[in-house]
Amino acid sequence: MSAITSPAFKDNVRAALQDRQLQQALSEVAPGLAARRGAARAGLPEFEALRDRGRDIKDHTLAHLDLYLEAFEKKAGEAGSHVHFAPTAEDARQIVRTICRDAKARVVTKGKSMISEEIGLNPCLEADGLEVVETDLGEYLIQIRGETPSHIIAPAIHLTQDQVEADFRRLHTGLPAGRQLVEPAQLVAEARQILREKFIAADVGITGANFLIAETGSSVIVTNEGNGDLTQSLPKVHVVLASIEKLVPTLEDTNTLIRLLARSATGQEISTYTTFSTGPRRAADPDGPEQCHIVILDNGRAELLGSEFREVLRCIRCGACMNHCPVYTAIGGHAYGWVYPGPIGAVLTPALIGVHSAKHLPNASTFCGRCEEVCPMKIPLPGLMRHWREEEFSSGDTPLLYRLGLRAWAAAAKRPRLYHALARIGIPLLAALGRRRGAFRRLPLAGGWTRYRDLAAPQSRTFQALWADTKAGVPR
Amino acid sequence: MSAGASSRDAVIFKIRKALGTYDSAQRRTTVAERLGAPPPPLVPERAKRPKEGQRSLLRSFLEGQSATVIEVASTTEVPAAVARFLRSANLPLRVRVGDDPYLDALAWNSEPALERRKGPAEGNDEVGLSHAASAVAETGTLVLASGADNPVTLGFLPETHIVVVEDKDLVGGYEGAWAKIRARFGKGAMPRTVNFISGPSRTADIGGQLVMGAHGPRRLCVILVRG
Repeated sequence: MSAITSPAFKDNVRAALQDRQLQQALSEVAPGLAARRGAARAGLPEFEALRDRGRDIKDHTLAHLDLYLEAFEKKAGEAGSHVHFAPTAEDARQIVRTICRDAKARVVTKGKSMISEEIGLNPCLEADGLEVVETDLGEYLIQIRGETPSHIIAPAIHLTQDQVEADFRRLHTGLPAGRQLVEPAQLVAEARQILREKFIAADVGITGANFLIAETGSSVIVTNEGNGDLTQSLPKVHVVLASIEKLVPTLEDTNTLIRLLARSATGQEISTYTTFSTGPRRAADPDGPEQCHIVILDNGRAELLGSEFREVLRCIRCGACMNHCPVYTAIGGHAYGWVYPGPIGAVLTPALIGVHSAKHLPNASTFCGRCEEVCPMKIPLPGLMRHWREEEFSSGDTPLLYRLGLRAWAAAAKRPRLYHALARIGIPLLAALGRRRGAFRRLPLAGGWTRYRDLAAPQSRTFQALWADTKAGVPR
Repeated sequence: MSAGASSRDAVIFKIRKALGTYDSAQRRTTVAERLGAPPPPLVPERAKRPKEGQRSLLRSFLEGQSATVIEVASTTEVPAAVARFLRSANLPLRVRVGDDPYLDALAWNSEPALERRKGPAEGNDEVGLSHAASAVAETGTLVLASGADNPVTLGFLPETHIVVVEDKDLVGGYEGAWAKIRARFGKGAMPRTVNFISGPSRTADIGGQLVMGAHGPRRLCVILVRG
């Protein structure tokens, strides 16, 4: 598994907020993704209705997941694929190692796969002496830096162009030192040239899967670069890494999810390449892999099916929740400390690595609700984060000061008269103190808040007082 | 029992336990029926336009994605359109192509300077030529089915990909594309790969700026044959 730094979330956040390059990179990319999603949604009147369809498809599939997995296994087997079930990350790693060993592989190319990150596949294959090459440009950029993805669809979103140039000059020493690398196009061309050799040399190609289709036994990948297609078409062996919740019943169901995926992710009508792969090359085919293996990982997901977190398994990994999250867009993905960042990570990570290690993540939310609003699968992310907060609280993981604070607040909130009395004193006081700027730069007991942002001063009266007046017909 | 079979049973068992269910005949029937006849899909209105509207939608989406779209009136004009595009892009008059019977039957002798090499793409091929199974108007998407007729590498290794699509194979939505695949391969059966291609290869992984030709083709040319 990838190194977990989620327990140090608060330190990670501090470092991220002070990281100038990260802040610059985030400010350049994240707002564009959210705006493009909005435009794509506006361009398809059926978008909201498709979200309901998408949710229903996933709910139905999850409720019958055992049977759809069996149906998929049968169809994929008929097409000549080997289907492997991996209960744990360790099982998945061993399955892939064995496939590579049997293929006498030396070079392995990889398309983008979050499951690969989740099971920590690369170090394991490298320990076996394999050269493992990430071919998605963003994944390549972070691989050569020894980093992990900071976004599920834009893994190098935290890097600036200058950093990429410095890395290429440091690493691609076979190329002329005086070459021009000022334009993104020049950097892309250089990466294309370097990676082209790897595609041709690879013995095994590993990709992820956006969907597994029970009707046909197909796996589906979605890319813009075409790297996944070269990864899976050129080597002798194609390995698909998937997890149990990728199942969908039919091609028609896949259409619905494809109509939602790219629009939610990058704001494209559809990604440039959507590829449906079924088995190895056929007898008459002149190209394509001779073997196709599909590894289906559980790693704790089956247990989620029986819990209040089942809905998180509807996720199609579009990244819209992080693009729209005020916390993610301020701190980036690495601060979350494991594979899945943002709101989806705040719900999924505690389930996969334990709520004790990941307890800060469900708390890293303002509950503004934008993640749920934009989620194509309508996953109630804030509600699920609240479940984790409750679990953290009842397991005694919440620090004493927080517990006392929550108790004090609860004591007041359960006594409306007391609450209103306190509010009637506190609100006008704060309003008067903050009148000049409309906000506080510093406030006793709220240093954690005001260190990075101002606290808005309240209006002069409480909501309850305004409400009472409105009901009584008093003009404002 | 092999390790594979016990892992499989362990996963299936865990799922059934979590769902609080068991392997009932009723659940099997539900799944079999759902697989055999899925509920009618929600097809966007834009996919239901008449043919002329589909053509303009296909063209506008593909051109919006930086592809070149050429319409020709009949099959006989395809070789000249291919040659003209190659000359305009300053490319050699040499294409890699599979055994597609439709492409084979074109009047290639009208363009004697245009060389066609048969087989899958190799690393030094500059241009691949494919025949699409269909084109989908709703998002400007070409649908290619792999095989000896149209090797999958033609669309990914060369820097330029030319795709010929017949007007009769233009459909409104993805559902229409699957109908054609099912008609050819049978329901529930697929070729090794079906590729949805909606433009030339691209990336925005460096500073969020869009660059064409990340790994696949830098150029995509679509020839729509009206006749």
